[in-house]
Amino acid sequence: MSKHVFVFAEQRDGVIQKVSYELIGEARTLADDLGQSVVAILLGDKIADAARSLIAAGADECVVVEDPVLGEYMTEPYAKAVHAIVQERDPEIVLYGATAIGRDLAPRVSARVHTGLTADCTSLEIDKETKDLRMTRPAFGGNIMATILCTDFRPQMATVRPGVMQPLDRDENREGVITPFMVEYTPADQNVKIREVVKSTRKAADITGAKVLVSGGRGIGNAENFALLRDLADELGGEVSSSRANVDAGWIERDRQVGQTGKTVRPDLYMACGISGAIQHLAGMEDSEYIIAINKNKDAPIFGVADLGIVGDATVIIPKLTQALKKIKG
Amino acid sequence: MKIIVCMKQVPDTTEVRLNPETGTLIREGVPSIINPDDKAGIESALRLKDQFPGTTVTVLSMGLPQVDVAMRECLAMGCDDAILLTDRPLGGADTWATSSTLAAALKKLDFDLIICGRQAIDGDTAQVGPQIAEHLHLPQVSYVEEILEAAEDHLVLKRQFEDRYHVIEVQLPCLITTLSELNAPRYMTVGGIFDAYREREIQIWSLEDIKDTVDMGSIGLKGSPTRVAKSGTKEVKGAGEVHEVTPDEAVDLLLERLSVIHII
Amino acid sequence: MDFNLSKEHMLTQELYRSFAQNEVKPLAEDIDEEERFPTETVEKLARYGFLGIPFPKEYGGQGGDNLAYVMAVEELSKVCGTTGVIVSAHTSLCCAPIYENGTDAQKQKYLPDLLSGRKLGAFGLTEPGAGTDAAGQQTSAVLDGDHYILNGNKIFITNAGPAEVYIIFAMTDKSQGTRGISAFIVEKSAPGFSVGKKERKMGIRASSTAELIMENCIIPKENLLGREGKGYGIAMKTLDGGRIGIAAQGLGIGEGAIEETIQYVQERKQFNRRISQFQNTQFELAAMHTKMEAARLLVYAAAQKKDEQKPYSMDAAMAKLFASEAASDVTRRCVQLYGGYGYTREYPVERMMRDAKITEIYEGTSEVQKMVIAGGLGVK
Repeated sequence: MSKHVFVFAEQRDGVIQKVSYELIGEARTLADDLGQSVVAILLGDKIADAARSLIAAGADECVVVEDPVLGEYMTEPYAKAVHAIVQERDPEIVLYGATAIGRDLAPRVSARVHTGLTADCTSLEIDKETKDLRMTRPAFGGNIMATILCTDFRPQMATVRPGVMQPLDRDENREGVITPFMVEYTPADQNVKIREVVKSTRKAADITGAKVLVSGGRGIGNAENFALLRDLADELGGEVSSSRANVDAGWIERDRQVGQTGKTVRPDLYMACGISGAIQHLAGMEDSEYIIAINKNKDAPIFGVADLGIVGDATVIIPKLTQALKKIKG
Repeated sequence: MKIIVCMKQVPDTTEVRLNPETGTLIREGVPSIINPDDKAGIESALRLKDQFPGTTVTVLSMGLPQVDVAMRECLAMGCDDAILLTDRPLGGADTWATSSTLAAALKKLDFDLIICGRQAIDGDTAQVGPQIAEHLHLPQVSYVEEILEAAEDHLVLKRQFEDRYHVIEVQLPCLITTLSELNAPRYMTVGGIFDAYREREIQIWSLEDIKDTVDMGSIGLKGSPTRVAKSGTKEVKGAGEVHEVTPDEAVDLLLERLSVIHII
Repeated sequence: MDFNLSKEHMLTQELYRSFAQNEVKPLAEDIDEEERFPTETVEKLARYGFLGIPFPKEYGGQGGDNLAYVMAVEELSKVCGTTGVIVSAHTSLCCAPIYENGTDAQKQKYLPDLLSGRKLGAFGLTEPGAGTDAAGQQTSAVLDGDHYILNGNKIFITNAGPAEVYIIFAMTDKSQGTRGISAFIVEKSAPGFSVGKKERKMGIRASSTAELIMENCIIPKENLLGREGKGYGIAMKTLDGGRIGIAAQGLGIGEGAIEETIQYVQERKQFNRRISQFQNTQFELAAMHTKMEAARLLVYAAAQKKDEQKPYSMDAAMAKLFASEAASDVTRRCVQLYGGYGYTREYPVERMMRDAKITEIYEGTSEVQKMVIAGGLGVK
C-alpha cells in the first residue's frame, strides 16, 4: 500500500531552496488529511547537516543520499536516486518544485516509474471520499484552471509552482528521523559532462519575498521611468517588478517579471502602474493581499482585480506620491 | 547529422480572449501556430544543417490532420521531411501517453539528435521532452539557451537555471529541449511555401505504422495515468473601486489607503 | 470561379503578414520622417525571396505566381506604402520585362542577381517632356560599332539610386514616332550614367525617386532589349503588369488604414462612449471595407488572368483605377474618423493618406487607365 507524502527538497550549493519549505508546508496539510507522514528527499554532496532544517520545517523524516556526483544538479544521477527511493518506499505522493531542476527531474522519474505527473500546480487537496490527490494547475497560457487526477497509478506526482504554497513556522526542536540512503553510482550514470557552472554574478532580485511591489507595465513608457517606480518602492520598503512587455523590451531584468511566464507573487501590496492586466500577468499577482492599479485607460482589465483603481497617468502620480511620502517622513 | 524535431501545433494562447458574458474561453478564430519553443528547436536544427552540409532535419508531430499546415510551414522553412502521426485512438493523451507514442515513432527512425521545445503554450507542462528521453534511454539536456559548439558526435550547450547556467557537453545521440529565447526563427521563403505544397509530401503515419514499437496500453486517453477531472476559467478576484481623479486627488486617496492597509 | 485562396497562397499570406508586422511596420514611421531608403529591409526582403516571387526557380526566382506576388505587395503596403512600391517597381518594371523580352544571354546575365535581390531594378520611361504622353521621348540612342550611346534624362524614377539595373527607353529613330523607340538594359556602372536630383515628395517619402542622367552613356549593343523600334510596345506591356502591382499597393494602403482605424475607434472616447459606438463610424467603416473588398477582387482577378496567360490589360487597368481611387478616398475618410489626432504624425493614417495619392498618378494616371478601359470596350 503506497503511503506518505514525499517532497523532493531542492538544494543548490548546499542551501535548501525556499520552494522546498513551501512544499513541506503543503505536504503537511496533505499528510494530515491522509493520516500519514511527510518525508523529505535530500540529495547532495556532504549535505546531511541540511537535513535538520527540513525536519524543523515540518518533515517527519528526511531521506538523504550523499555522493560527490550529486553536488551539482545532473539529470541521471538525481533521477536514479529518486527512482530508487520511490521503488523502495512506495510513496502515495511525491512533490517537486516547478523549477528548472524540478521540471527536468520529475518527468524523467515519472516516466521511469510509469506514473502520472502533473505540472506547475497552484493548489493541492485530498479528495474527501476517494482520498486521491486533486491537483489544480493553470493551462492554456494561464487562461484556464484544470484539476487533474491520477487515480490508478502510484505515486501521484506533481511539480508545484514556487511562491504559492505556505511554509510552516519553523520549530528547531521538532523531532524527526534522518535516514541515509545508498545509491550505487557508476561512470555510466554521468551521461553528460558539466564543463562549467556559471552563477549569476548579479544578486538576483527576489521579488517573491517582497512585501510591497511597485510594478510597471507598458504604460510606464520607457526605461528611465522605472526610476520613478524605484523611488516609490524605496519609500515603501518594497521592490520593483514588471510585466512581460518591459522585460522583453530590455528595460528591466527578467528576474523582476511577474506573470504566467515570470514569477508568482503574493505581496501585501501590489501596485500595478501602467499595467493593462492581461491574463498572463494577472496569473502572477492576482493573489496579492491588496492591489492598487493606476492606468490611463478606464477599461483596462487590471481594474477588474484591483481593490483600488485610479484612472490616471502613473508617470505623473507616482512621483507626486513619492514626494508626499518623503514629506510625511521628513 | 540526422536531426528529428518534435513539433506541436497549438492555439495561440496569447490571442485567446474571454467571453465577457459567460466568462468562458473564446476558442473559435484563435489562430493555430507552431509552438514557439518548438519553432526555436526547428531553427536550431536548421542552423546545424547550415553548419554541417548533409544534415537532414525531420519534423515529427502527433496530432489532428489539420497539423498539415504547420508541417508545410516547417518544410517551407527548410526542413527535409515531415511525419504526422495521426489516429483516433491516440487522442486524449496525457504527457505519458504522448511521450510513449512519440517514442514509439522515434524508434522507427534514425537519428543523432532529437530536439523538443521546452513546453507547449497550451499544456504548459514541459514534460514530454524529458519523458521521451527516458523512454528512449537517451541523455537529456533541457532548458537549452544556447548551442555553444556542435560537432558530428557531440554538442556543447548552455543549460539555463534561474540563478546560474551550466556549460554541458553531451555525446550524440541525445535529446535536448529548447527555449524560445534560443534564437529568432527564420521566416519561410515564398519558394519554400510553393515547394512545400507542390513538390513535397507529408508522411502520414497511423497506429499501424508504429504497432511493433508501441505499447498499446500507453496510448490515448485510456493509456493516460492522469486525466482532467474538471477545468474552467479562474474565478477572478472581483473589482474594487475605480476613481477618475486629478493627480493630486489621486495622491491624497493613495496616502489614505496606504495608511488604512498599514503599509505606512 | 473559386474565390478562395489556395493553401499555398494562404500560407504565403501568413508569411507576408508576419514579415510585415515584425520587420517592416516598426520602421515605417521613421523612414518616412527621415526620407530614408530602407536598405536593411531590402536585404531582408531579398533573403526571404520577396524580390523574385513570380519567376521560375531556373533563373533564381521563387517559382510562385502573380497572385502570390501581388499579395506580397498588398501586405507590405498595409504597413508601409514605400516598401510595397520598392518590391513592385523592382519586380514588375525591371525583372518582368527582362524575363518576358530578354534573350537567353540577357536572362542568364541579369535575372539571377535581380530575382535573388542581390541587385535592385528600376524602369526609366518618364522624361520632363514625356509623362502621360510617353511617346514624346527625347532620350536618344545611337548605335556606334559594338555599343549604343545614350543621351538624355529621365525623371521620377522609382528606386533610382539604390537600383543597379535600369530598363531605359530611348529613340533609336526619331523619324518613326513610337515605332522608333527602343528598350535597353542599363547598368548603374555604365560610363556616362548618373543618378541626379532626388525628389522631395508628398508621400512614399522613403522611396528613392530621382532623376537619371545619361551623358554619352555607353552600353554594350547586347543590352538592347527586344528589337529596335519595339521599345514602346515593351513599355506598354510592362506597364500593364506594373499596374497590377500598383493596384495592390493602393489596395494594401487602404486596407491598412481601415485596420488601424478600427482599432483606434474602439479606444477613443467622446461623449462618454467609444466613438466606434456611433452609427456614423460604423457606417463609414462598413462602406470603406466594402470598397476595399471590391478592389481586392479586381486586383486578384487581374493577377489571376495574367497567371492564366490570358489578355489582362483591361483587367489591370480597372484594378489600378479602382484600387488607387479607393485608397485615396478611404485614407482621407480614415483621417476624418481619427479627427485632430489623425492629422498629426503620432498616428499612421496621415502618412497613409499621403502615400495613397501617388497610386492614382504613376504607372499610368487614372485618366490613362480610363483610356485603356474605353479602348477595351471598343468605345471610339
